[in-house]
Amino acid sequence: MFFETLINGLSSGGTYAMIALGYTMVYGIAKMLNFAHGDIIMVSAYVLFVMISLTGQPLIALIISIIFSMILGVVIEKLAYKPLRGSSPLAVLISAIGMSYLLQSLVQMIFGTAPKMVVIGDLGSITMFGVRIPVYILLTLVCTFLIMVLLSIYIKYSKVGRAMIAVSDNRDAAMLMGIDVNKIIALTFAIGSALAAVAGFFMMIKSPSLTNTLGAMPGIKAFTAAVIGGIGSIPGAMVGGILLGVIEAFSFRMPMIAPYTDAIEFLILIIILLVKPSGLLGKMKREKV
Amino acid sequence: MALLEVNDLKVAYGVINALKGISFKVEKGEIVTLIGANGAGKTTTMQSIIGLIKKSGSIIFDGQDISKMMCHDIVNKGMVLVPEGRKIFSELTVYENLLMGAYKQKDKNIFKEDIEKVYKRFPRLKERQKQVAGTLSGGEQQMLAIGRALMSHPTLMMLDEPSMGLSPKLVSEVFDIIKGINDDGVTILLVEQNATRSLAISDRAYVLELGSIVLEGSGKELLESDMVKKAYLGY
Repeated sequence: MFFETLINGLSSGGTYAMIALGYTMVYGIAKMLNFAHGDIIMVSAYVLFVMISLTGQPLIALIISIIFSMILGVVIEKLAYKPLRGSSPLAVLISAIGMSYLLQSLVQMIFGTAPKMVVIGDLGSITMFGVRIPVYILLTLVCTFLIMVLLSIYIKYSKVGRAMIAVSDNRDAAMLMGIDVNKIIALTFAIGSALAAVAGFFMMIKSPSLTNTLGAMPGIKAFTAAVIGGIGSIPGAMVGGILLGVIEAFSFRMPMIAPYTDAIEFLILIIILLVKPSGLLGKMKREKV
Repeated sequence: MALLEVNDLKVAYGVINALKGISFKVEKGEIVTLIGANGAGKTTTMQSIIGLIKKSGSIIFDGQDISKMMCHDIVNKGMVLVPEGRKIFSELTVYENLLMGAYKQKDKNIFKEDIEKVYKRFPRLKERQKQVAGTLSGGEQQMLAIGRALMSHPTLMMLDEPSMGLSPKLVSEVFDIIKGINDDGVTILLVEQNATRSLAISDRAYVLELGSIVLEGSGKELLESDMVKKAYLGY
């Protein structure tokens, strides 16, 4: 029972972590909260739905949904956020919320309100430590972990990755080095949106029913996870996501507190913000002038 | 033809006219200084030349109008700015900062030569190459900012208040370094509040007051001008 709950928690935690990675990258580098991030997941899941209906090949559908999602992320940035660069963060936030509702409404206009079924197929399950674990859960965890490691290496050691750190550290100085900041920010959105599409894929394996508000709650949960882990920190997004997923799963198991699960999660967020505002793995900015 | 020719440069922040149409030029190989009090528009001038802020007027650099170009394209044409307050990448190491300075350099051998030159000019940076730049002292950060700018092979180096916040000994060192960089063939446009020191190394200088150029001349002429003496030299 304990083990089963833990596995369940790790499963949703892995998805939260994947979404949180996108949030945290965009926040860390473009210094903005992309509140339409959850809706990019939703749109990519609809692309998945259409492509699976057309081709019957989940893997091809996944690849196309990732590509579509990347383009969508870059277009959203160009249309809704780039013109507002340099204006108040509040204006960007409002624009992001507007973008979120726009995507939801567009999808509703095209696909209607009835839930769609996205049939990816059963990946089976294996038995570990005497417990049956569905393969998709293992796949979610392995994928999230791999993506986290690869992203960390890419950012720390590649030229473009270092340019990302430079843009995050000091945007004007990065421009003065000859870095095309627009390109770096567009790339960041593309990567974040690709992760959103992968997260959408795993969410659809877990529960195949799809509506236009699919991304809303996981989006907020993943944002909470990113803040708990320390927004801007890539390992922080992973830790925060897994932690939140596990807490959620155990809270669901206890009849006394199950109805308050969401409240508990946000309470943890508030406590962490009070005790360590930079999050579990976030670092305080140290600067000498 | 001058290396940099600025004509009728205007910048407005909302309703405030920060620059009211200034014109000046920098010849190849010169050290030119803009002096002026706080709020005169010195930093605005530099930031608008390198494309960080919107402006009107024409800016001819190396025979090409760059007034509509993006900052990163201007940098790739051989102009560089050592910004006010150094603006080093505090989370990156000294070495990584220099690496960012050479962002567009694809040739690894040239990069190695360049970094050796910078280390030779600033031995302290070599000692601290693996240290995170945010932990350097103010003087070391200024050296890093200049070293980082040199990594892009500039033909024109602009420096915004390089002596700000440094001890008198370090101020002398910074001016010696600027002179040395100029001797190696890099044209310098300098913005300074320390008028005495900057005019002493300048070929020519302009005095900027409330967004307009009010005086120009050789460094020596301005050092001896009554107006500059009263306003900036304190006697």
